[in-house]
Amino acid sequence: MLTLASNLTAARSQMAFTLGFHIILASLGVALPAMMLIANYVGLRRDDAYALKLAQRWSKAVAVTFAVGAVTGTVLSFEFGLLWPAFTGRFGEVFGVLFAIEGIFFFLEAIFIAIYIFGWKYLSPRLHFWSGVPVVISGLGGAFAVVAVNSWMNQPQGFSPTSGDVTSVAPLKVIFNPAVPYEVPHMILAAYLVTGFIVASIYAVGMLRGRRDRIHRLGLLIPLTVACIATPIQFVVGDTAARAIAKDQPVKFAAMECVQQTSTDVTEYIFGRCTSDGVKGGIGIPGFDSFLVGFSTSTQVTGLDTVPPSDRPPSNTMLHWAFDTMVGICTLLIALGAWFGGVWWRRRDIPRTKWFLRACALSGAAAVVALECGWIVTEVGRQPWIVYNVMRTSDAVTQADGIWITFTLVLGIYAVLGTTLIVTLRAMSRRWRGESAEDVDVPYGPEGEPPPTALAGGSA
Amino acid sequence: MTSANAVAVVLVIGVTMYAIFGGADFGAGFWSLLAGGGESGRRPRELIDWAIGPVWEANHVWLIFVLVVLWTGFPSAFEATFSTLFIPLSLAAFGIVLRGSGFAFQHTARRARGQALATAVFGAASVLTPFFLGTVVGAIAGGRVPVGNAAGDAVTSWLNTLSIVTGALFVATGAYLASVFLVSDARRAGTPDLERYFSDRALVTAVVTGALAAIGLTALHADARTVFDGLEHDGLPLVILSVVCGVAVLVLLRRGARRGARALAAGAVAAVIWGWAVAQHPYLLPPSLTISDAAATNATLITVLIVFAVAVVFVLPSLGLLFTLVQRDLVRETSQPAQAPAEEAGSAT
Repeated sequence: MLTLASNLTAARSQMAFTLGFHIILASLGVALPAMMLIANYVGLRRDDAYALKLAQRWSKAVAVTFAVGAVTGTVLSFEFGLLWPAFTGRFGEVFGVLFAIEGIFFFLEAIFIAIYIFGWKYLSPRLHFWSGVPVVISGLGGAFAVVAVNSWMNQPQGFSPTSGDVTSVAPLKVIFNPAVPYEVPHMILAAYLVTGFIVASIYAVGMLRGRRDRIHRLGLLIPLTVACIATPIQFVVGDTAARAIAKDQPVKFAAMECVQQTSTDVTEYIFGRCTSDGVKGGIGIPGFDSFLVGFSTSTQVTGLDTVPPSDRPPSNTMLHWAFDTMVGICTLLIALGAWFGGVWWRRRDIPRTKWFLRACALSGAAAVVALECGWIVTEVGRQPWIVYNVMRTSDAVTQADGIWITFTLVLGIYAVLGTTLIVTLRAMSRRWRGESAEDVDVPYGPEGEPPPTALAGGSA
Repeated sequence: MTSANAVAVVLVIGVTMYAIFGGADFGAGFWSLLAGGGESGRRPRELIDWAIGPVWEANHVWLIFVLVVLWTGFPSAFEATFSTLFIPLSLAAFGIVLRGSGFAFQHTARRARGQALATAVFGAASVLTPFFLGTVVGAIAGGRVPVGNAAGDAVTSWLNTLSIVTGALFVATGAYLASVFLVSDARRAGTPDLERYFSDRALVTAVVTGALAAIGLTALHADARTVFDGLEHDGLPLVILSVVCGVAVLVLLRRGARRGARALAAGAVAAVIWGWAVAQHPYLLPPSLTISDAAATNATLITVLIVFAVAVVFVLPSLGLLFTLVQRDLVRETSQPAQAPAEEAGSAT
């Protein structure tokens, strides 16, 4: 029993860490190709060599992040068996179909990324542009399939019986489970806004350091526009999701808002410490939590007291903070977008003050924090269940020994991996900066490659 | 055919594709490691990078394909395998992480030291990963993976003669496939010295792989009679086919033939895998878990088959397009590997 409890903590830690790592790369894998294609489109449409150059550079960043994301994704598929064999053994036949669908999209994405990245010199510009379109579409399809699995874990349906071995499965009910309509768009928008703000923040830093050329301007404008469009939509989708969770997973919602007793006129607390007597500290807005759930302060909000302590999520303060941080960052990013949009509408230019670039420079990291917070809310908030109200996480974990060892190794390897990825991307960007302004050769057209005596890797 | 058997066929197709394409990729890493440092190792490695660059990513999707079909179609077999064989599968996963990142970064690492390190990591992981995957297959064939959550022995299930020989066989098979493929790539790149270089290595690894396969058969005889008997009966034609293909490759390479060697080498590997599958049928995890025992509900199996059909319609043409573009040099990552300078041509062989 002791080993099992310790296995559970180790397995949850490893899963949380590897997923938290992968979710950033997966977001980039979904949305960075879209940024790249937009730059490519702008370049072709306006005959803009700088935009094409940008698209080509981003395609190289796509290559590296996709390769690392594919690796961390493979690790996750191993972990379905290495960490949660009893979960996959019992429900693999239920949710597995979604991964099979995801496999198709992933395959197509890998194939067309290869064609796009390596086809710059050799395909015609139009054909090359179109070879990138399947990458964007399969990114969306893959995101749908993977997030639908998580939605199913939150709102399981389409199988019977609910205890013991599964004997019948209704695949369509699994695929289109009730959490899909809000979880899937929420994650896809998150991918676009996180990627947009990350890329924009990189170019904002460059501009703050005095690099005000057209490449930097475009490199800021394209992702920032995408992100600033996605953010307000995300706010609405997220708000809808929270209300749906209050209905579908009331205990998760109660934990997010630290509602101990079921009642009406529930106060909304911003931050504060969650205790068994309710929130201590924090900013309280009387009746607002009820209002958010049902547009009226007399709406009843389900409290944690409706289920025994063993069925409540752990770490309530962390959950509550994660939720509030996510909403807070999203609000700030909307403000940033409004600032940008307002000035652009009046002057067709970005705000002139350095504070705008400073805000943009911070937006990438802030968006990543919001992403991780959202993931904590949905995953920790579902505990102690791995399949909501059907299977406990403690019943899903492996009985093999050694998870603390693999977790330690994972920490070490991923630390090196993450560092190398960042160092590599920075080195790539330094190398691009080293290319002098006049040799912004069009990526298409006549062979600009070094003669065949060059070393391999020289052009990568 | 029952839908369970049909999904098992899909699974074996995935395993075959992974063994051929993923195996060749691992083998390329093996040769990259063995090429050694310095000037003499640079050119073979350049050819390897040039040859596998654009396609390597797609090759490893087959592994995910196999895992997903296994856990969707036969969840209890997946549970048993991944919990009992926690150690070798964790090590294989680490190998995949290191290999993938080593490959991703060796092109982008700027300093020579960083590149050398990335290349070494890539090479070492390319040897260890197939080895551990091989021990897993050896454990399954040897009947050491009982149904349940970690019901088998965590160590002896995969640390035994059969598993170790299978692991070594996996490494050798990948190296063999890679060397045969690289002979063609060297010809495409117009580097006759490298063509000879890999042709020599293909001959040696062919013999080593054959010898390991023979040792594997004796280990099977001693350890896994069910599978051995199956190979001796239902699987025999496929074993013979594999041997014939293997010998034909040797003949073609000796003659320096331009066509056929790659397809025959892939055929030799495919025939062994199908021979194993036929020999083990109807067991998924010998000696007791059959395909029909482990199978998911019928609705799931049918959906897997539908998804597979969709994949065939969409993915295969796309994959074909990628390989065609690569073969026609329309999709290219790195520049063509250098032609051998006159003085180097002699020393490289």
